[in-house]
Amino acid sequence: MSRPLTSATADAHGGTAAPAAATAVGHEAGGDAVLRVTDLTVDFPTDDGVVHAVRGVSYALSPREVLGIVGESGSGKSVTSLAIIGLLPKTARITGSVRFRGEELIGLPDKDMRKVRGEQIAMIFQDPMTSLNPVYPIGWQIAEGIRAHHRDVSRAAARSRAVDLLALVGIPHPKERAANYPHEFSGGMRQRVVIALAMANDPDVIIADEPTTALDVTVQAQILETLQKAQQETSAAIVLITHDLGVVAGVADRVLVMYAGKPVELGSVDDVYYRPRMPYSIGLLGSLPRLDAVDQDRLTPIAGAPPSLINLPPGCPFSPRCPLRQGVCDDEEPALRQTDGQAHYAACHFSHTLESEDGVPEGLFSATSADFSGPIAIMPPTGAVAPTEGPQS
Amino acid sequence: MLAFVVRRLIVSIPVLLLSSVLVFALVTFSGDPLADLKAKNPPPSPAVIHAREHLLNLDKPIVTRYGIWLGNLVRGDMGRTIAGTDVRSDLARRLLVTARMVILAMIFAIILAVIVGVISAVRQYTALDYTFTFAGFLFLSMPVFWLGALLKEILAIKFNDAVGRTVVYTVGDSTPGLTGGFFSNLGNYAAHLVLPTITLAAISFASWSRFQRSSMLDVLNSDYVRLARAKGLSKSRVMVRHALRTALIPLVTVVAIDFGAILGGAVITERVFAWHGMGELLITGITSKDTNVVLAWLMVSAVAVIGFNLIADVLYAYLDPRIRHG
Amino acid sequence: MASGPTTGTSTTGGPDLVETPGGAQPGPKPAGVVEREFTVAVRSQRQMILRRFLNHRLAVASLIIFIALLMGSLIGGRLWHYGFADRTGDYSQPPSLKHPMGTDDIGHDVMALVFRGAQKSVQIALLVALLSTTIGTLVGAVAGFYRGRADALLMRFVDLVLTVPSLAILAVLASVVGSKAGGWFFVAIVLAGITWAPISRVVRGVFLSLREKEYVEAARALGANDRRIIFRHLLPNALGAIIVNATIVVAVAILTETALSYLGVGVQRPDTSLGLLISDGQGAAQTRPWLFYFPGLVIILIALTVNFIGDGLRDAFDPTQTRVRA
Repeated sequence: MSRPLTSATADAHGGTAAPAAATAVGHEAGGDAVLRVTDLTVDFPTDDGVVHAVRGVSYALSPREVLGIVGESGSGKSVTSLAIIGLLPKTARITGSVRFRGEELIGLPDKDMRKVRGEQIAMIFQDPMTSLNPVYPIGWQIAEGIRAHHRDVSRAAARSRAVDLLALVGIPHPKERAANYPHEFSGGMRQRVVIALAMANDPDVIIADEPTTALDVTVQAQILETLQKAQQETSAAIVLITHDLGVVAGVADRVLVMYAGKPVELGSVDDVYYRPRMPYSIGLLGSLPRLDAVDQDRLTPIAGAPPSLINLPPGCPFSPRCPLRQGVCDDEEPALRQTDGQAHYAACHFSHTLESEDGVPEGLFSATSADFSGPIAIMPPTGAVAPTEGPQS
Repeated sequence: MLAFVVRRLIVSIPVLLLSSVLVFALVTFSGDPLADLKAKNPPPSPAVIHAREHLLNLDKPIVTRYGIWLGNLVRGDMGRTIAGTDVRSDLARRLLVTARMVILAMIFAIILAVIVGVISAVRQYTALDYTFTFAGFLFLSMPVFWLGALLKEILAIKFNDAVGRTVVYTVGDSTPGLTGGFFSNLGNYAAHLVLPTITLAAISFASWSRFQRSSMLDVLNSDYVRLARAKGLSKSRVMVRHALRTALIPLVTVVAIDFGAILGGAVITERVFAWHGMGELLITGITSKDTNVVLAWLMVSAVAVIGFNLIADVLYAYLDPRIRHG
Repeated sequence: MASGPTTGTSTTGGPDLVETPGGAQPGPKPAGVVEREFTVAVRSQRQMILRRFLNHRLAVASLIIFIALLMGSLIGGRLWHYGFADRTGDYSQPPSLKHPMGTDDIGHDVMALVFRGAQKSVQIALLVALLSTTIGTLVGAVAGFYRGRADALLMRFVDLVLTVPSLAILAVLASVVGSKAGGWFFVAIVLAGITWAPISRVVRGVFLSLREKEYVEAARALGANDRRIIFRHLLPNALGAIIVNATIVVAVAILTETALSYLGVGVQRPDTSLGLLISDGQGAAQTRPWLFYFPGLVIILIALTVNFIGDGLRDAFDPTQTRVRA
């Protein structure tokens, strides 16, 4: 618990700045945070060595807030959410703290954790094609979720509530469709069913893990709308996990950017989008098509690939891909520190040099990526949902 | 569903015919069924041999003989053995004996395989899982007849000696000369059934439990089981209603596919325990080149296999809505 | 391998890596870089398979024991100072230094008999594996690649082979050919005639799914003909499944051959096989257990090691079953 925020690898400098940052992050949502994650780490022993999938994540979620967690594949964002509801495989080694309304969830016995799942914290998974059990009708599956927490609700009542929920998420002819099996629905419709399932018990937190990634671009916007509707209905706070900044821009209040198992930037959507203070965030934004940037003629990818999480070298994990890299970057991993704004944090030794710039420094990555000839991993530009509307709430 | 069953039955008729032609030709060309008779000392007169050949239609061309066999079969007559007895009545009696063992062994093997497979999957990588895995591989690598002989010659005899009386029988399907009805002899049948059932079940159990384990692991790692857990269902409900319910579906197909192999295993098991069942009939039929007997065994077995696969398909459709509507 | 862009592709172990990369497009790559990337990936995949297999300790130990058994069975009979047909003059002796596995009632040295039997079993099993893998792969490849009428016809034939209880067919066939000179060779061919069917199904399945893949489309667009696509692009990807199934065939062939010999329709006297030895030895299991145990243990050891090798290969080729997933 006393593990410094930054310090899976930082034994030499487990120092002074890190706990301060942890406190800062922990307090910034005030005392009424509905969900508070502190210093969460997750390790997986595998054949090839220990994978440090999550290396110290902290955030606090206020009631009704929408927090976007953004990062590439393997940045640890999904593992974080599974750790929160205690659904990681038994082999996972978890440290740190997850508090739901003050109650510690890490280490909670399964029978107590079960009361939290679905009732207080609901989950929406990435792939609607495989999220629903193929052998039961969808209405039955929703009713089952209701009766898991409310034994006093009759089967008939649970079923009729399931039909109401299906209507709410926009399934046509909900009464008839409730008797249908998952394979009789399209992917988008199935994800609506999963959202209905998440709403079933009026949870306080809904964690949506890449809810739109597996879907057609045209369907993505509808699912996001449905998700917002679900939030209005249940007044839940939402953790929206995605690799798509476009998705976050339209929906989230705050954004947490993750890289190599750690948060590298946290702030309001405006802070992160217009005043990014970490080169990785800048790179992410550079690979996103924007409608408001008229002079942007091409997308600029981030050269290179994320590091392996098995033998992470000391120093900043982003430094091999970073245009601002200096000697110190390879020696010391930067802590998440407060930067220009009140609630704007970044983990970069040189975030102050970025403070002088207002807006996204356009040329930062294009110069370096041109002379990098290796295989290039870029953020998938699936952000068809352009940030046309501002962050709501 | 009815149309499906009818279609399947019609499709299976050519399969039956083709395999009967194949086996008919094979057995007919495999040698002279009257070789034993001709080798008798003193040799029987040509008239006797000729009469026997005529009785068994051996003096007719092979195509005609197949035609006669098929014609008789359609009328429910399976012909005569070389010795002249009626095949059908013999077969009917033996069918009951064999079916008793096969059905019991299958039920036994399925229940055990599901239990062991599920435990193995849920307790993956524990000592229990490794033990079950090793036992599974061991049974998979063990000849049926060796296991049967081991149980019979070593364990059962020692066990009976220790108890001081014959509790489990090692030879035959029932004590010869039993009087009384079926139900009064039930105990005697059961005491004879123990060893052959274990023997026959062991082999199928091994591969089915391995299959059930991997099927269960697939389902346990599936998104919908994770979502079921995320809904807040109890572990036991997730295990039974979501994981086991879905993980059982593929086992239906595997059991159906293995049914033919079980009938083969029954032939060997009968031999080990000296049962007078269908397997014995097959082996005597083959060694005495008795076409009618071998064909009778084949027809009954093939019909059983086809029927069993049909039941499995219907069951599969019942268990899996994706097939039902597809 | 420790750093640089290739680590991303070689360490598939990290959780979360399966997230679909959406519309990711590779950036422009100079040809030289692509070439280097490609060769690194290929070599590392092969190394990964080898390393995963070597990590499976039971499989490696089994491989060593199996090779020793193979050597012993193929040349042990020649080195051993008794032939399998020799009468040693020692009757029903328990194991001793002179006869490590004892002797039978007519003075055969059991060790020599077991060597001979194991030789027959291994010869048959290896030949069956070779033949049935070749036939099964060809049939499956043609059916899966060309689909349509060829596929329907071949798969109906496979259904037929799988429907009829194979032991009956084998018994009939083996009784015809088993007594011929070089009987083991014909027994192997008969066995291969049945065991190719499941392999063809597996290969067909792999081909059906692979032929739709983008890289096959690309190869076709580049003007590759069918043969090149089958042998260069599809077959290497089916190799894992084929090799694993070949090991299963080896185990099945050994067990089936011994079963046939046990039933008296496989390898015929005066030659011997492990199945025949057990058949002879089972009555003596109480009084002269060495006659019963040694041949049985050798069969189990061969089949068990082959099964473990197959299991190790399966894990090595398809690690998704065993690895930690999040």
